[in-house]
Amino acid sequence: MSARRITRREAMKAAGALVGAGVLTGISGTLPTLAPTAAAQASTPSGKTLRIGFQVHRTGIGAVYGAWYEKTANAAVQYINETGGIAGRPVELVAEDDGTDPKRGVEVVEKLAQQAKVDFIFGTLFSNVVIAAAPRAGELKIPYLVVSEGYHVPSGKMNRYVFQPGITDVHAQVTALVPWIVKNLGKKITMVFPDYAFGYDHRDFGGTTIANVGGKVAALVPIPPTETSFTKYFPQIPRDTDVVYHVMVGPGVLTFVLQMGEYFGARKPKLFGFIDSLEGVDMASPGLDFLEGSHIWEALPRYADGYPTRYETFYRARVGVNASGASQQDPKNVSTYSHMFGVWETLFVIKDVVEQSGYEKPGPEDYRAFIETLERFEWFNEGNRHPQGAKKFVGRLHQAFGQQFISQVQSRRLKVVDRTRIEDGMYKPEGDYTKQPL
Amino acid sequence: MSFTGHLFLGLLEGGVSGLVIALTAMGLSLVFGVMRIVNVAHGEFFMLGAVFAWYFSSLTGSFYPALVAAPISVALVALLADRFILRPIRYAPEPTIVATIGLLYILQQLVLTFYGPYARPVAAPIYFRVDFPWFGYSGYKLVVAALAALLLAALWLVVTRTRLGLYMRATQQDREIAQAFGVPTERVYAAAFALGAVLAAIAGVLIVPVQQAHYLMGLDALLLSFMAVIIGGVGSLTGTLVAALFIGLIDGVMSVFFTPTLAKIVASLLVAFVLVLKPMGLFGEDRL
Repeated sequence: MSARRITRREAMKAAGALVGAGVLTGISGTLPTLAPTAAAQASTPSGKTLRIGFQVHRTGIGAVYGAWYEKTANAAVQYINETGGIAGRPVELVAEDDGTDPKRGVEVVEKLAQQAKVDFIFGTLFSNVVIAAAPRAGELKIPYLVVSEGYHVPSGKMNRYVFQPGITDVHAQVTALVPWIVKNLGKKITMVFPDYAFGYDHRDFGGTTIANVGGKVAALVPIPPTETSFTKYFPQIPRDTDVVYHVMVGPGVLTFVLQMGEYFGARKPKLFGFIDSLEGVDMASPGLDFLEGSHIWEALPRYADGYPTRYETFYRARVGVNASGASQQDPKNVSTYSHMFGVWETLFVIKDVVEQSGYEKPGPEDYRAFIETLERFEWFNEGNRHPQGAKKFVGRLHQAFGQQFISQVQSRRLKVVDRTRIEDGMYKPEGDYTKQPL
Repeated sequence: MSFTGHLFLGLLEGGVSGLVIALTAMGLSLVFGVMRIVNVAHGEFFMLGAVFAWYFSSLTGSFYPALVAAPISVALVALLADRFILRPIRYAPEPTIVATIGLLYILQQLVLTFYGPYARPVAAPIYFRVDFPWFGYSGYKLVVAALAALLLAALWLVVTRTRLGLYMRATQQDREIAQAFGVPTERVYAAAFALGAVLAAIAGVLIVPVQQAHYLMGLDALLLSFMAVIIGGVGSLTGTLVAALFIGLIDGVMSVFFTPTLAKIVASLLVAFVLVLKPMGLFGEDRL
């Protein structure tokens, strides 16, 4: 009697175990699994693989950004490996989800550094996660290269191990843009911003710059980034406001813009938005017609005709984005185009620095060489590696500075109407990381 | 904007959200009343309603098929959950809480896997803007409020005027006696669970043109439904309705005059006070 009938109870148990296993894989982001997302191609490069830890917002409110950051990182690593790797070594990404959660972010840094023993960690976006996780990277003494936009890096409040070499910070963005807003749109400005660190950078530096160039902040309207209904905030916008300066993040961004349209109707003030309010949102979405004619900041134009350099075209094709800024496979899947180039550029900064510093393996000596070499950089040239444009790098601030674009919504598309120069965004530096011990 | 304008906006926002909360909370209250279980995955039925609405409306190009197909799909999910999760554990209160927490994560992660992290919009079937003297308002939101009110009236008719309603009330009062009188309590349980899910799903479908389908949207719905059920009194449909409208109006008015954060603090305090002073809720039965 070898063949035994399976009882119903046993079948249920087995099914339960399967479902259980399914749950475990489903939430693997929070379990100790490390999934290499781009296996190194050992074709041209040889030698020991360089492993780069990638802290990514696969879940939580940053998940749309995370999905595109991951696509971009994979495309960059593929390109790096096709063209000889980094210092002749193949590159492997070790990705780990942090759930866009500050507490989890700290654990992810620990895990990548101590368990996965990666060479560097990079890629974090949301400023609340960066601010929580960066001190841990400093304690563990591992270079932590973020793509976050927040002013926390150049403020000098992070530590010697934290860099932002691939994307301009908010302070520089608003320093470059606010004079344009006051000159072209109006003086009385109401600022609507997310109620956490990133939003406060807008409030503080936008607000100061508005006053410096002769404008006036009419009201400040902070909104929690997890909010889903916005109409109730709009009465705080004074009726005599000339310009509504809006920047919003999270899954509610489209609702935010729609409800602002319903609330104001034809009597709307002029609008200047940061593309964050529309990242991942299809400009053809129902109800967005009220944005027609309003101005939007972009770091890298979503539509291909906005900045048609051959480097930009190359980058766009490698990442798999079409001429309208959406996925080539799924035109409804709109990218976070004004942020994700920072992931691409940061990986090439790592490549340059590893190659010039002679970095070989994790350890105090090699990390010292890596950090001091990166701090000596002054300039990243425009090219396939830096498709958003040339960047000035200030070593003492650990921060890169690039050009910015101002677009107008015309026929439900974003059309570039102006561009600011790198020097427009330079502000008086506060921090100096090079004085900190390693 | 004048005081009247502010007050009117607060009441309008509060009234609309109160009715939508009522629809979702009613499902939770029904399930608790009839089955004596706490369904922690209730918010996920709301989210599934929204996600299915996006799926069906992008499949057919119209919102109306989604209005029917999405709640039916969610009802099927609920029936499967009842048959293969709740019935095997015999609706025991504590295991049910753990099981529905599991269900919450399973549904959320399945949606994240197959639908993605995106907040996807659905075009409203009717779009017009109502221009009040002080501000403009979405006409569709007013339609949502009216539909929610109609559905609540229909639910009241089902519970008080139909055989299913009679069975549900009988099962709620005493399951064993109801069974002795020939009420098919297992089927009543399944029906109540599915009906509860359908109510949440319809709320999700109605709200998706306002708020986009996103895999985490069920959490807020769950929290507000729980608040309504706790304040109103567990198992009391009237209490749930009154509490939901009350929560909505407080949130609307407080948000407009003060800040939305303060509104949430006040609502949470209210829950605490009700639990301390009247543990069974404002309209709850005194016995358990």
